[in-house]
Amino acid sequence: MWAILSLLVENKPGILFKVTHLFRARNFNIDSISVGVTDNPDYSRMTITTIGDEKQVEQIVKQLDKMIDTVEVKHLDEHKSVYRELSLFKIKLSNANDSMEVNKLANAYGGKVHNVKKDSMMVELTATPDQTGAFEELAKPFGIIDVARTGVAALQRSES
Amino acid sequence: MEKMIGAKALMTAMEKEGVKQVFGLPGGANLPMYDEFARCDIRHILARHEQSASHMADGFGRVSRKPGVCFATSGPGATNILTGIATAQADSSPMIAVTGQVPVNMIGKDAFQESDIIGMTNPVVKYAYQPRNASEIPEVVRKGFYIAETGRPGPVLIDIPKDVQQNEAEMVFPDEFKIQGYHPWTDPDIVAVEKAIDMLLHAQKPIILAGGGTIISSAFAELQSIAETLMLPVVTTFKGKGAFPETHPLSLGPIGMHGRAEANKMMTEADCVLAIGTRFSDRSVGTFETFEKDLKIIHMDVDPAEIGKNQTAQLAVIGDVRVNLRIMVKLLLQKAIKKTEETPWVKHVKETRAYWKENLKLHPGEMGAAKILRKLRELLPKESIVTTEVGQHQMWASLFYDVIQPGTFFSSTGLGTMGWGFPAAIGAKVARPDVPVVDIAGDGSFAMTENSLATAVLEDIPVIVFVLNNSILGMVAQWQRTFYDRRMIGVQQQSNPDYVKLAESYGAQGLRAQSMDELDKAIKTALSSDVATVIDIPIDPEEDVLPFVAPGTSLKDMILPS
Repeated sequence: MWAILSLLVENKPGILFKVTHLFRARNFNIDSISVGVTDNPDYSRMTITTIGDEKQVEQIVKQLDKMIDTVEVKHLDEHKSVYRELSLFKIKLSNANDSMEVNKLANAYGGKVHNVKKDSMMVELTATPDQTGAFEELAKPFGIIDVARTGVAALQRSES
Repeated sequence: MEKMIGAKALMTAMEKEGVKQVFGLPGGANLPMYDEFARCDIRHILARHEQSASHMADGFGRVSRKPGVCFATSGPGATNILTGIATAQADSSPMIAVTGQVPVNMIGKDAFQESDIIGMTNPVVKYAYQPRNASEIPEVVRKGFYIAETGRPGPVLIDIPKDVQQNEAEMVFPDEFKIQGYHPWTDPDIVAVEKAIDMLLHAQKPIILAGGGTIISSAFAELQSIAETLMLPVVTTFKGKGAFPETHPLSLGPIGMHGRAEANKMMTEADCVLAIGTRFSDRSVGTFETFEKDLKIIHMDVDPAEIGKNQTAQLAVIGDVRVNLRIMVKLLLQKAIKKTEETPWVKHVKETRAYWKENLKLHPGEMGAAKILRKLRELLPKESIVTTEVGQHQMWASLFYDVIQPGTFFSSTGLGTMGWGFPAAIGAKVARPDVPVVDIAGDGSFAMTENSLATAVLEDIPVIVFVLNNSILGMVAQWQRTFYDRRMIGVQQQSNPDYVKLAESYGAQGLRAQSMDELDKAIKTALSSDVATVIDIPIDPEEDVLPFVAPGTSLKDMILPS
């Protein structure tokens, strides 16, 4: 199963190293990771997506919780959370129509277009990993030159 | 508030924690700390290798249940204690390791004797600090000791750059402090304990599996009271060996790869287990097919991450096991529950125990391992502390040396560090100078830290090293005999030194025992001497440790002596 973990950690040097080291040492895997400071500069929020069966995910949460630098560790329910990642796609333009076609595709996914050149353009997308994957599939025929994805950021929705 | 340099703040803070001695080795990057020994009451015990210093601190910590402290310099000094830190972590032993580091402005420049010890030790410490300002030191020490000794104990590293040791600052030694992400479980879980009692009462074949956590939390009296009240047979893990008197009629001894036959048999037949402070390690249970399909597991542990890590439990009782066992004792008393009649299960357990005590085939020679270790048991006062190295001698000790007084047996059970036992015995003797301390060793392991004889002699710490000497790396040789068609590669140690002369050359006492009479005399001589003693006991290199459960197989498939 694919799981979104949300960690509130102390904003100190070396914490990212410790968290990623834990995943490696315990044979878990990181699908994506994003880190940023919170409104309180003493803390950072890490969002990690991972893949494992239920038991593994439970173990990951427990091991992360055991870390002294983690203040809070949550396994988010994806149906009760907002989760997005930002991606940048540099796409090849081979003929005159391509620019318009890519533009249309980007629009359909709520993307923004940047840096339009004669033979390439860039698309900025904010979407769920599934949507990003779907966009990538559709963009492939044009030729993808480069991709950069930030990893998922997520927050739990408020109740009612 | 008081103005002082970082190194003095370190020593002052440690004195406030009750530290009486430090095991260590000086070097360039920790000289300011060493200089402070001239101005404080903390004793310095000089090791001959930093790894030994860390094992001494570990041994001290396990016996006293207060963190043992070791010092090492930067670079190789720090990397040398890595094994000691990992050993302490694997066995949840409280330890404070203080390393010197190159000055702050040299960090990351590949300076002389620089090593990123924070990075290297990360997966094997409970926590690590690297104060960048001298004024941080008092709080770091306070927090470090708190983390090391509370909850599930473990090693804490404090890595102090040399300039931070030398810089002067206004020091505040705090009584109060906060560690936001650290909440060791201290409260009992009464609801879960009540359920546990219910499960145990409804089981036909209940058993207690006592792990190392039982010893760490000293829950000996509680364990014994529960076992006797509910008439529960007790097996232990190897780490839990001696949590329960092994001479008690309900005791079956350790389970595992080299568990006792009666313990392995009964563990595999039980239908409900009260598992106390154990991680269900592979060495203890083999494969998980070991257990009966419908076995109900009650798992008590202070570390919530252990629940479900290796073995799924039907009931989790999270918290300090002594606190929860004490509640169990109280509830049993309140409810006036006491079993007086021997169930068919207990009868069966006692018969099985008696059968294997009589019928396990032993080495036929005069100097077989069982005879040697039973002789040692016979002559050692029951309060004596025993440590072991790692290998055949360790497993023979598990099989044939009965722990009578709980909490007097210590071994590197998790990491399995050869060379641990002797320096750990030195640390143990420092913690308990009033009792005999014996390291049950093999020649292979003893070779790894035998230079600790210098420490034992110079510092007047008279421990006994009991070397079962087969001039071979015995456990490896046994595996090569069993699984590799007797291809004995890299195990021959005929070039061992003469251990009697070796001991004497250090100023220690060396004795050799080639018969039971000589062994009797040697043990008595060692016990009445006030100098460290090595007893060299030549044994048969072909003797196997049996029973033996092959790795990755079930405890049901024990290989027994033929």
